[in-house]
Amino acid sequence: MHSPQPNPEARSSDDWPSELYRVLKAADVRQMSYVPDAGHSQLIRMFSSDRGVTTNVLTTEEEGIAIAAGAWLGGQRSVLLMQSSGVGNCINMLSLSAIGRFPLLMLVTMRGEWAEFNPWQVPMNRATQPSLEAIGLKVMRAETSDDLVETVESAASLAYESDQQIAVLIGQRLIGKKKW
Amino acid sequence: MTVSSQLDRRAAVAALLKNRKDTLVVSGLGSPTYDLHATGDRADNFYLWGAMGGAALIGLGLAQAQPGKRVIALTGDGEQLMGLGGIATIGVARPRNLDIVVIDNQHFGETGMQASHTGRGVDLAAIATACGFAAAATLRTLEEVQRLATQMAGPAGGPRLFVIKVLAENPPRSLPSRDAVFIKNRLRAHLGFAAA
Repeated sequence: MHSPQPNPEARSSDDWPSELYRVLKAADVRQMSYVPDAGHSQLIRMFSSDRGVTTNVLTTEEEGIAIAAGAWLGGQRSVLLMQSSGVGNCINMLSLSAIGRFPLLMLVTMRGEWAEFNPWQVPMNRATQPSLEAIGLKVMRAETSDDLVETVESAASLAYESDQQIAVLIGQRLIGKKKW
Repeated sequence: MTVSSQLDRRAAVAALLKNRKDTLVVSGLGSPTYDLHATGDRADNFYLWGAMGGAALIGLGLAQAQPGKRVIALTGDGEQLMGLGGIATIGVARPRNLDIVVIDNQHFGETGMQASHTGRGVDLAAIATACGFAAAATLRTLEEVQRLATQMAGPAGGPRLFVIKVLAENPPRSLPSRDAVFIKNRLRAHLGFAAA
């Protein structure tokens, strides 16, 4: 913050994954599971090289819902990273989080809404928020890096301290600032 | 290809868990949950009534959070077939304290007893081996299950998967609480964590 920066806002935008990592570590997240995603790649790298966090790579997103419930049973906090296209895979498994009031924090990068090159991503984009809400999740959404960091901080408190099931949607416009 | 088993599922689960000591057990929906409850309701049981395909993965999260305790995911062939990718995820995660035990009647017993994939030749133990599990085996007799029960508590080099072939039957249901919040809080309290 105190070193000279030609464009502080640009620096902050580029560095939102580091900020999310800091926020999640401060929230005592001890497990992270993910389905690989370019928007999350930096966060995945940071968690994967952190010996204090157990990471699991998944074959499909709903596995992470079950792992997060198991982690909580065993006394640990877990975060799940995915794309919006994977949300549809999770719906039945989310009944576990809903019926058991298991704390759940999902960080979902959006596809199919901003400069998307693949039309097949668009239908699930439209379905992401309504289907999550239909199964009982609270959905929060961020379009800027500053808002995202604050939103995840708030979502982490709500999830882990108030037993809420939360998906934070990360707008594709924000992801699109990165080269991928 | 498949050999029919004469093993009674309740007798098999009772023999498997006879000396479980402080092992944590997660059971998959349907008969494995009834089988586990029939061995006695305990605070260190977590029963699923839904979340099909999730039992082994709840076991993974629990095993990773509690590396000092042994965890068994007790599930059925239909449930584990739905979570087939989870075997790959667990194989990569390589927990040393997680065992998946599939009570395999080769049928979808909850939904009309249609033959399942394992009844048509799919070999879950071979899949686990291919996914890098430290051990995997298929058991067909009570003696084999009793032998496994005495060996399971020992150290393992990674996750293990055991298929126990049982008779296709629906014994009288033994129904645990369906209140997931209650069984969650009870298990957490058992492990020393504050209830919600």
